[in-house]
Amino acid sequence: MSNCHDTPRVGLLPNPTIPVPHSSSGDRPVIVAIVGPPNSGKSTLFNRLTGLRQKVANFPGVTVEHRMGKAKLKDRHEVFLVDLPGVYSLHPQSEDEKVAHDMLKGLRPGFARPDAVILILDATNLGRHLVLAAPVLDLGLPTLILLNMADDLAVRGGEVDVAALSKELNSPVALISAAKGKGIEQIQQFLSGTAANLAAAKPARIELPVLNDVPNCRQWATKLGNRASYRAPVPPVWTRRLDSVFLHPVWGPLVFVAVVITVFQSIFSWAQPIMDGMTALVASSGQWMGHMLPDGVFKSLLIEGVWSGVGSVIVFLPQILLLFLFIGVLEDSGYLARAALIADRTMSKIGLQGKSFIPLLSAYACAVPAVMATRVIENKRDRIATIMIAPLMTCSARLPVYTLVIAAFVPNIYLIRGVLSLPTVTMLLLYLLGFVAAVVVARILKSTVLKSKRSVFILEMPPYRLPTMQSLGLRLYDRGKVFLHRAGTVILLVAIGLWILAHLPLSHGQMPPIENSFAGMVGKTVEPVIKPLGFNWKIGIGLITSLAAREVIVGTLGTIYGIEGGDGNTQGLQAALHADLSPAGAVALLVFFAFALQCFSTIAVVRRETGSWKWPIFQFSYMLALAYGASWAAYEIAGLFLH
Amino acid sequence: MGVKKRKRHTAITSTPATVDDLRSGEEGILDRIDLPEDIARRLMELGFLPGNAIVPSRVAPGGGARVFQVDGSEVALRNDTSRKLHLRRSRTPVLP
Repeated sequence: MSNCHDTPRVGLLPNPTIPVPHSSSGDRPVIVAIVGPPNSGKSTLFNRLTGLRQKVANFPGVTVEHRMGKAKLKDRHEVFLVDLPGVYSLHPQSEDEKVAHDMLKGLRPGFARPDAVILILDATNLGRHLVLAAPVLDLGLPTLILLNMADDLAVRGGEVDVAALSKELNSPVALISAAKGKGIEQIQQFLSGTAANLAAAKPARIELPVLNDVPNCRQWATKLGNRASYRAPVPPVWTRRLDSVFLHPVWGPLVFVAVVITVFQSIFSWAQPIMDGMTALVASSGQWMGHMLPDGVFKSLLIEGVWSGVGSVIVFLPQILLLFLFIGVLEDSGYLARAALIADRTMSKIGLQGKSFIPLLSAYACAVPAVMATRVIENKRDRIATIMIAPLMTCSARLPVYTLVIAAFVPNIYLIRGVLSLPTVTMLLLYLLGFVAAVVVARILKSTVLKSKRSVFILEMPPYRLPTMQSLGLRLYDRGKVFLHRAGTVILLVAIGLWILAHLPLSHGQMPPIENSFAGMVGKTVEPVIKPLGFNWKIGIGLITSLAAREVIVGTLGTIYGIEGGDGNTQGLQAALHADLSPAGAVALLVFFAFALQCFSTIAVVRRETGSWKWPIFQFSYMLALAYGASWAAYEIAGLFLH
Repeated sequence: MGVKKRKRHTAITSTPATVDDLRSGEEGILDRIDLPEDIARRLMELGFLPGNAIVPSRVAPGGGARVFQVDGSEVALRNDTSRKLHLRRSRTPVLP
C-alpha cells in the first residue's frame, strides 16, 4: 500500500487537477477553496460536501497534497471544492502556509485562483480562530464563514450572534455542525448563489487590522467577538477526563500499549474468518474456471499465473482495511497528538521531537503518506531524519508477508488464554524490531550527518472528537481501491511476466521445468548470495519481484507453486513454504522484510520530498545492508534453536 | 530535572519569572517571548500573546514538556521553550 497518494489514480472526476475541466456551457466551473485552522473540522466538511466525488492530488512542483472534489448541489451548477492544508495564518512561513497563501492569491502557476472561499472556524474557540478571517477577507473574494462545532458550543454553554457577526464582517456567516450534517443547506445555497452570480457575491471592503501584526489581529478578533456577543464555552469536560487517563504518568503509556496489543490481536482473530472465506472463494472460483476452460496455454496462464498470483494477495484485503480503520480512529479522534506528547521525551533522546512521532505512527499504515506528513516538522534535518527511518515502521504491505510466514511456521497456541497468542506475540516482536531499528538509525543520523541544534516542540492538543462514520468509510474505500488497483496492475503484471519467464525457453516445443526456465535461472543466479540467509532460488525470485512492492512476494510464490502444480491459494502456500524454508530461514525472511526497502513508491516519494536522488539511494542502501546483515545473524542464531 | 529547577526558581523569587516556573493550575500573564521570530510568531498564533493568561495543566507522561491552557485551547511545550516565555510581575516589585 505504498502508492497511496503520489500516483495518479483512476478518479471519479474528469480531471480535477489543472487545467480545470470546462463545463458544457463553455465557462470553467466555479472553484471554491476551503480554508481553516488545523482541527477546525475542515476535512469532515469537505467529505460531507463531496462524498465519493473527490480525490487526493498534489500541487504541481510541491509535495503538499490537497484534495479536490465536486460539490453536490441541488441545482445544476458544478462547483469544484479545493481542500487546502490547515493553517493558522496566511503568513507564508511553513510549506503548508505558503501553498495556501499562493493558491488563494492566484500565485501558483497553472492553478486557477479560486472564485470564492469557505472559511471554516471552530465555534468553540472563536476568539483565536477568527484571527484567520482577517487575511482571508483581505483577499477580496466572496467568502462564506462557517462556525463549526455548533452542537459542541451549545452543549458547553457558549453562544454567538451569527447575524451580528455577519454584519460586522460584511459576509455570510453560518453556524454549522459538519460532523452531524447541520447547516449544510446554507453552504449549498451559498455555493449555488456564488456559482450563479460571481460578480454580485463580491463583498464590500471592511476595515481590517495590520495583517503582519499578530497581537493586533487578535485584538481585532476579540472586538468582533464582543460585538457578536460571543460567549466562549466552558472547557471540554470529556477531553479533560480522557486526558487525565491518556496523559496519566502511569496509565497513559499503559493504555497506549494496551491499544496496540488489541489492534494486533484483532487483526489476527477478527479478520481470520473473513480471510478464510475469501481464500475459499478464490480457490473455488479458480477450480470453477479450471473446469470451464479447455486445457491449454491460456488456462495455464489464467489459473497458475494470474489466479494463484493475484488471488493469494487479495485475500489480505480485510486485514489491511482493519489496520487502516484503527489508524483512522486514532488520527480522527485526536489521540495522535497525545501520543506525540508521550513520545516527545523519547524522541528528544534520539535527537528528534514529538512531532516526528505522528508521521512515524502513520507509517505503520503506509510509508508514502507518512513521508509527506513529515512536513509538519519545522527543522529540515529533523525532517530528513524522520523520512529516513519512516520505512522501518512496519507498513501494511508487510502484513501479507508476515501473516503468511507466521501462519505457516508459528504454532497457534495461546500464551495467555483467550488474550495473547504466539502468532500475535511474533507479530508484535516484528513491529518492535522495526521500531528499535528506527530509533537506533535516527540516533546515528542525528549525531552525525544530520546533527542540528535541539529542536522545539510546539503542539496543539485538540479536544477529543468522535470520528465520523463518513470520514472513516471514505478512508477505507480509498485504501481498498488503492490495494485492489495494485493487485490489478503491479501484481497482475508481475504474475503474467513471471508466468511467461517460468515457461521459457521452450525445449523441443515443451515447456521446461521451472528450475530450467528463465525465472529459475535468475533465481539460481542470486541463490549463492542469499544462501547464507537460508533462502533458496524460489525465495530469490520472490525477493527480486518484491523490489517493486513487498506483498508481491506472496503473489510470486503463489504463481511459482501454482505452476509446480500445487495449490496456489494461501493455505496451499503455507504448506508449500515448508518445502523451501527451514524454520530458521523463515525467521531470516521475516527479519529481511522488516528492514529492506522494497517499495518503488516510497523511493519515488522520498526523491520528491528531499529534492535529490542522494537520500533515496542512501536510504535504499543502508536498509538493504541492514536487512542482509540482520537476516544473516537471525538465520545463524535461530539455527541453533530451531530445527 | 525540570521539577528541581522550578523549585529552585520559586525559592529565590517569590513570583514566577517564566512560564516554566508556574506550578500546575497557577496563572501567569505573559510579558514577552525570548525566542527567534519564526518560533515566536507560531507561539503567538497559538495564543501566547503578551497580556494573555497562561495556566499549566498536565505534565507529559515522559516528562520534559507540559500542556498549557492558553486563549481557549491547550498547547504542549517543552520546558526549555516555556523557560523563554517571560511573565509579567503580578506583584509590584520593590524598587528603589
